[in-house]
Amino acid sequence: MELQVIWFFIWGLLWAAFFMTDGFDLGVGTLYPFLGSDETDKRKMINAIGPLWDGNEVWLITAGGVTFAAFPLVYATMFSSLYTPLMFILFGLIIRGVSFEFRGLSDSALWKKTWDTCIFVGSFVPALLFGVAFANIFMGLPIDGEGILHGNLFTLLNPYGIMGGVLFVLLFMQHGALWLCIRTEEGLQQKAIQTARMLWPVALSVLAVFVIASWFYTDLYANYLAMPLLFTVPVLAVAAFIGARIFLGKGRYFPAWGMSAAGIVATTFFGIIGLFPNLFPSSLDPAYSLNAMNSASSPLTLTIMLWVVVCLIPLVIAYQAWAYYTFRFKVEKEDFTY
Amino acid sequence: MDVVLLSRLQFAATTMFHFLFVPLTLGLSILVAWMETRYARTGDEVYLRMTKFWGKLFLINFAVGVVTGITLEFQFGTNWSQYSAYVGDIFGSLLAIEATAAFFLESTFIGIWIFGWKRLSAKAHAGVMWMVAIAGNASAIWILIANAWMQHPVGYTLRESFGGQRAEITDFMAVITQKFAWLTIMHTIAASIVLACFFVMGISAWHLLRKQHEEVFTRSFRMALVPGLIFSLFVAIQGDFHAVDVAHTQPAKMAAMEFHWETQPNAPSYLFAWPDPEAEKNSIEIGKIPGMLSFLIHHDFSTPVTGLKDIPKDERPPIALVGMAFRVMVGLGAYFIIACSIGWFFRKRLQEKTWYLKMMLWSIPLPYIATQAGWLVTEVGRQPWIVYGLMKTSDAVSPISTGQVATSLVAFIVVYGLLGLAGFTMIAKKAMKGPDLPEATETKA
Repeated sequence: MELQVIWFFIWGLLWAAFFMTDGFDLGVGTLYPFLGSDETDKRKMINAIGPLWDGNEVWLITAGGVTFAAFPLVYATMFSSLYTPLMFILFGLIIRGVSFEFRGLSDSALWKKTWDTCIFVGSFVPALLFGVAFANIFMGLPIDGEGILHGNLFTLLNPYGIMGGVLFVLLFMQHGALWLCIRTEEGLQQKAIQTARMLWPVALSVLAVFVIASWFYTDLYANYLAMPLLFTVPVLAVAAFIGARIFLGKGRYFPAWGMSAAGIVATTFFGIIGLFPNLFPSSLDPAYSLNAMNSASSPLTLTIMLWVVVCLIPLVIAYQAWAYYTFRFKVEKEDFTY
Repeated sequence: MDVVLLSRLQFAATTMFHFLFVPLTLGLSILVAWMETRYARTGDEVYLRMTKFWGKLFLINFAVGVVTGITLEFQFGTNWSQYSAYVGDIFGSLLAIEATAAFFLESTFIGIWIFGWKRLSAKAHAGVMWMVAIAGNASAIWILIANAWMQHPVGYTLRESFGGQRAEITDFMAVITQKFAWLTIMHTIAASIVLACFFVMGISAWHLLRKQHEEVFTRSFRMALVPGLIFSLFVAIQGDFHAVDVAHTQPAKMAAMEFHWETQPNAPSYLFAWPDPEAEKNSIEIGKIPGMLSFLIHHDFSTPVTGLKDIPKDERPPIALVGMAFRVMVGLGAYFIIACSIGWFFRKRLQEKTWYLKMMLWSIPLPYIATQAGWLVTEVGRQPWIVYGLMKTSDAVSPISTGQVATSLVAFIVVYGLLGLAGFTMIAKKAMKGPDLPEATETKA
């Protein structure tokens, strides 16, 4: 396989890994004001994601870094044309990141409330805008041959874009609720179970509508029609979400969360496969589209980076798995560091 | 104001703010890991209290440092897209390697360290802190290699590609082993250790002056004093080698650092000077030492040093800012050596020397000023180039509107201002509160 093709899929895989890992902590952050009814529950929710969110967010840094390294032209065009939404995402992630540390530093009610709000806003806004951004990328953005976007934030807030945003928020909330089922007990766990049950039909319906709408709004299906075998990926996504619901019903929360993770990866790949070989398609003229071939780095850089990724990513997965294993227990009161 | 200036202001503001927190993270992580190692080895509760106290200050600082780092990576794409497309082949890969090789490790292990007190043995927990310290410093190394490539590009060739001409890598080893990078790395990491040592000594001095938690803070002070002295000497000596290299690779920066106009042998150095860029001379020159600049750079008096007049006007950096920042950095560097030497002399009777403790308390901000001045010399001194001699900053900017950058710049100033205020207030509050009482700090043995 050509280097550019391998890198296209590594690029997709890193975004999928980011949505799968940071997705549940963004989801918990979005659920935070709704499920965190008292101080104990709030601290349990923070502690459920506390040890892991920071490492999870690095998948975003890596996805961004790898876009920069492997497809510099995409990195340049994507981030400059999506300037405003990206700034909102960054501000969201900044205030969320410090909230966990800052919140516990004072007992003043106003102080706590401020950072509580930041946890919610900093989780909800990135989740929503990542969905909006990716739906718009699936659809193609009005970029010209110079990589300049003809439009603004409101161009992105079209029906399909908003649907993508809502879908991401719902999938992440569901994913986060399942994580809370694993790491909490008693009342909070009951609330998390109910929330996961309640979100499931909503999230799955929006997913179904999104998959159907993609037929009308995007060219994603061209690759699928050319190679029908690929339809297994969206089918797997749906199957995984159904599996998540079955395990949830049986009270087996870890497999349920695993299924939800697989579902998010497969949903991401539904889009990635449809995009191939484009990374950043132009809706003005296909000739302006940035694809794996015309925007890739030199073969030498792609080779060096491939070695880096092949050697280091398994190591990253290994120690992150150890971190997940270390914090597999239910959150206990004595773990209240924050 | 235009997009270039606004984007430069935004990048400068976000980088300098980020670098208010990074040096302490680099240096203090090592000190905390060392304290915790001593606890794990001896079981002495005082070391545990020290680890928890300095660890908490480390964590507040780390939180602000880490979240403000994210915006830096993304600003290359949002604000400097022409630059990103031009050098992504090299610069982008260095950032990507930083994330995979170091940042992952640091971020994953910091979570384990914060929440792992009851889940890991004392030795394993100390080991986790070492991983955080090593990964944090490794992360700095990769970022500085990337920065050094902007200062002194090597191992590349220019080729035509879809988006126009761009720099492509030809010799990866040359990029990661180049002298400029390693001189910068040694200077930055050593300066970070000095900063962390002054932070620890200053806060320890505050408590010693109040005669509280004396055991914790005498030990803390002494643990910071030794590396403080060693590394402040190291930074100064190594800084000289670094300056010699700068003179060869970036003559315009060196000329600006020294307010040096005429290319001449026996080039002088001034204790104080003020440049007049219009008249191409200095309006004030005090304390002229003839031949000093030639001697420092070439180790003899007769070799000429390139002056600003031999550099085209549009390729000269802002001279007054670079030169003043250089003097601030060097002057403070000298002060750090003196301050640590005095401490070494009094190390057995610190509590009696209240004037010295007060001096060290008030010295806390000084390494911060020195490291910021260091970055001004490095980054402003590189202007008008974004990649020295290869690409101008004005050609690197994104095709975005002034309004977008102006809005985000204001938002950054507000958000970062509040973060900085909250962060430093919390650090001061926790620092003044002192360590927890012994019974509050038990761990799994």
